[in-house]
Amino acid sequence: MIRRSPADFIRLLIPALSLAVLLAAVFWLQPRAMSYVGINLLFNLAVPIALATVAQMFIMAVNDLDLSMGTFVSFVACVTATFLRDAPLVGVVILAGSVLVYAALGVVIHLRNLPSIVVTLGMSFVWAGLAVLLLPAPGGQAPDWVRALMTMKPPLVPIAIVAAVVIAVVAHVIVMRLSLGVLIRGVGGNERSVERAGWSIVAARAAAYGLAGLFAVLAGIALVGLTTSADANIALRYTLLSIAGVILGGGEFIGGRISPVGAVIGALTLTLAGSFLSFLRISPDWQIGAQGAILILVLALRLVFNRVEKRGHGR
Amino acid sequence: MNALVRLFSRPWIWSWGAAFVIWFATIMVTGGASTLGLTQAALTFAAFSIIVGLGQMFVITLGPGNIDLSVPATMTLAGTVALKFMNVENGMILPGLAVAVLIGVAVGIGNYALIKALRIPPIIATLSMSFIVQSAAIWTNRGLRIKPPSFLADFTTSATLGVPNLALVALALSLLSWLVLEKTVYGRWISAIGQSMPAARMAGIPVDGVRFITYVFCAVLAALAGYLLACFSGGAALNMGSEYLLMSIAVVVIGGTAVAGGDSNVPGIWGASLFMFLVVSMLNTYGLGAGIRLIMTGLIIISVILLAGGRKPGAR
Repeated sequence: MIRRSPADFIRLLIPALSLAVLLAAVFWLQPRAMSYVGINLLFNLAVPIALATVAQMFIMAVNDLDLSMGTFVSFVACVTATFLRDAPLVGVVILAGSVLVYAALGVVIHLRNLPSIVVTLGMSFVWAGLAVLLLPAPGGQAPDWVRALMTMKPPLVPIAIVAAVVIAVVAHVIVMRLSLGVLIRGVGGNERSVERAGWSIVAARAAAYGLAGLFAVLAGIALVGLTTSADANIALRYTLLSIAGVILGGGEFIGGRISPVGAVIGALTLTLAGSFLSFLRISPDWQIGAQGAILILVLALRLVFNRVEKRGHGR
Repeated sequence: MNALVRLFSRPWIWSWGAAFVIWFATIMVTGGASTLGLTQAALTFAAFSIIVGLGQMFVITLGPGNIDLSVPATMTLAGTVALKFMNVENGMILPGLAVAVLIGVAVGIGNYALIKALRIPPIIATLSMSFIVQSAAIWTNRGLRIKPPSFLADFTTSATLGVPNLALVALALSLLSWLVLEKTVYGRWISAIGQSMPAARMAGIPVDGVRFITYVFCAVLAALAGYLLACFSGGAALNMGSEYLLMSIAVVVIGGTAVAGGDSNVPGIWGASLFMFLVVSMLNTYGLGAGIRLIMTGLIIISVILLAGGRKPGAR
């Protein structure tokens, strides 16, 4: 029933292995983390990062790059902590409008054949400006239902893990099972052939951007649910984190080669790397550097695996 | 008429036009009183974007996916280490410069080693590298704020014949870059690689060597900009490079260099850098708040890129 090539399997295997190794290392350093509460604490902040990573993945599927992800998630966080709480209807309209703006960006980028890097760079200023207008100083408050959702305590499995699995499954269904997902990946793979086959490339790009906007909105809401208040700069590092997460999860910049499950695993790995370093008691000066080193290490591992895989094919 | 048409087909004309319009709009508001001051400030602050932009332009010319995200971290590390090394002594200015350049070379080598040896996409390679470089900067800085040597502080903040010294430095570097790009084999090689790497390889171009030198060159320019910025602002700060990450990419692309690579443009970087500074100062002059200012900056960037228009698919 499931037809999956070995290459796809290997593509998922490496991110999963690096996550497992990192998790084992954390448990070895701090056995107390091996509990319901411990695991929830470890992966709590991974939920918004995973959503942002999936959002970035949709953009990368059509060979584009979104440099405004961080500022957009910050903007959504500000809307969530202000309008969505005080005037839910207005909040929903604003968020729906911003998803439409994302879809419109896809249309404009496609029709005018603009570099996505520059357009999203410009948009990053716009989102940052809007966020500053909404919340000039850190503040606001998370809507109660968001807070309740993010602090839910399901039996046996912590909410962070449940959320990660749900995100992965939903993204997987959209990208791998729906014809829309196939179309989006096709645009990344070979735009011309998709066009010749009679599909609308504009619609596919708009859909990819719209889906990215939708997931980024969810990321912002989830983030506020965890932090309880918002700030215009709350998620600035998400731009680079989301790109790194997609790559760590086996995605590529061009060719529509992406893996939704991998992207979620990549986001979990990045989050865990931070906790791992604090458990190692590395001097705070070198924490960022060590995070870079872990990133390099995982990618080096991937190279080794890819080589082994190629040899296995007898080439 | 023909000459006019040719002028408007130049990719850099848009950024220059936009810069001029904004400049004019600003001095109209102040009634021409601040013309000289505004021009000098624009040239001074644009100089930093121009220097980092030149390096980024070389890298972007190498083709899709080539981008150097380690620019801000390199600037910070070069600035902090050089100031620490010079220790406010005028005699140490040249050795300090050498230290900054060496840091640039080291970061560049590290970047390309990661790209080549681990086959990591440049964005991720330079990002990982920048984490390590940033950590090194935090470690060396340790909250110290060392002043630059007095001669350097004077040099970077004063002007020669009305033109800020920093702008002269940027001009010299731009001329050098233009010569290298347009008149040397190396420059042609970069463009060839950007247009098609497999074709360049088949034509016998030493692709790896050229890419290696380009990444080193970009890091050295970033280090140089960090050195000058630290002297100009009277000391190095850990966040001094942060705004230049997006800035270096923005000035290259607004300046008319093809994001897809293979086509670079030195004059455009000047227009775009002046434009980026003037937009902010214009909105400041109008007395707008930070939020509105950011939104306007973003909308103006997008309108410029919309006006300048994307390249036709076939023209790449």
